[in-house]
Amino acid sequence: MQEADPARIAVTDLACRRGDRVLFANLSLRLAPGEAVQVAGRNGIGKSSLLRIVAGLAPAFAGSVRVDGPVGLLDERPALDPALPLGRALAFWGGIDGAAAPTHLERLGLAGLLDVPVRYLSTGQKKRAALARLLGQGAPVWLLDEPLNGLDGHAVELVEALAAEHCAGGGVALVASHQPFRLANMRALQLSDFAA
Amino acid sequence: MSGRIVLALLRRDLARLLLGGKGGGALLPVLFFLSVAMLYPFAVGPDAPLLARTGGGVIWVAALLAAILPLDRLVEPDIELGLFDQWALRGISEELVIAVRVLAHWLSFGPPLMLAALPAAALLGLEGATLRTVEIGLLAGTPGLAALGVTVAALTSGLRGGAALSGLLVIPMAVPVLIFGAGSLGTGGESGLALTAAASLVLIAIAPFAGGAAVRAGRG
Repeated sequence: MQEADPARIAVTDLACRRGDRVLFANLSLRLAPGEAVQVAGRNGIGKSSLLRIVAGLAPAFAGSVRVDGPVGLLDERPALDPALPLGRALAFWGGIDGAAAPTHLERLGLAGLLDVPVRYLSTGQKKRAALARLLGQGAPVWLLDEPLNGLDGHAVELVEALAAEHCAGGGVALVASHQPFRLANMRALQLSDFAA
Repeated sequence: MSGRIVLALLRRDLARLLLGGKGGGALLPVLFFLSVAMLYPFAVGPDAPLLARTGGGVIWVAALLAAILPLDRLVEPDIELGLFDQWALRGISEELVIAVRVLAHWLSFGPPLMLAALPAAALLGLEGATLRTVEIGLLAGTPGLAALGVTVAALTSGLRGGAALSGLLVIPMAVPVLIFGAGSLGTGGESGLALTAAASLVLIAIAPFAGGAAVRAGRG
């Protein structure tokens, strides 16, 4: 997006272990600028673990991960203070990320909810609020963990459109989802192919 | 860049810990502290010399227990909300977050307790010189208690019964601060206060690294 360096993800011979079970092994993956990959597979196969390893939040059991560019992660936790009104909860991340006023609020349908405490938001509204946080971060590398959970049809199309714009701007997106995610030129990665 | 981040973190921490919202902020520990100072004369009887002799120690015990009250709100909620993960993605180290939190935690109970020690000293009939030693001792000791509280809160986050456990863990580790802080009342000397400050400094120096490592180790 606004970063000068092109965003890339390079995963080489990655293996992931949870407890004493190896979830997947020998996984290699390359994302060049503008590319998107959907990680698919049944529950518990290691989609979220893969994203957390790529984000650098969990250690790899074997192999290496290289990510160029700041990383934005969207998972099931919106990381917004439940007691604060949405506007102030987003403003905290605006302060951290050095962003001006949050953008895309109208488009995400959040403009009328800024005075509502985060804990009163519905599941879908929280997910859209987390998207606003992700967009405000302006990171060229997107890791989306089940981004469509709890969203209605209209919001699903919106997320797909936002991801398309992100990739068109040179960003990369790694999407873990068991639901169909419609995005032009998106490759699919069946994690069961790498199950150990 | 990092100055802006420290400011944003400190503002959020103070809004949560000092002003409080639902948790009651700084008010709850202060009321707890004052109620101990109020109950003590009822329990031991109106013996003015005894109260004046032991009152300083009671203030110290009450301060230590009041510092334990907000422990479960210090670190665990932010881990559960995914805030630490989001900070890590932005290159904000756990050490920095913990250091800022120690400062915010101290600001939210140290100065309020020092203020509350004035009416508490009146309730216990402390003399001016004793009160002065108590106040200087609290100034030297409460930063250490804050650092210890945040460290233990980070260590016990994610554990079942973490809140009760952290209270039990803080008490033995706070003993040095308590011994030197309350001990300076008996001798009335600077050496006790200096040792209180030294124990505090050690705890403050350890807190960001121990707390940060604990948060990272707790990540699945």
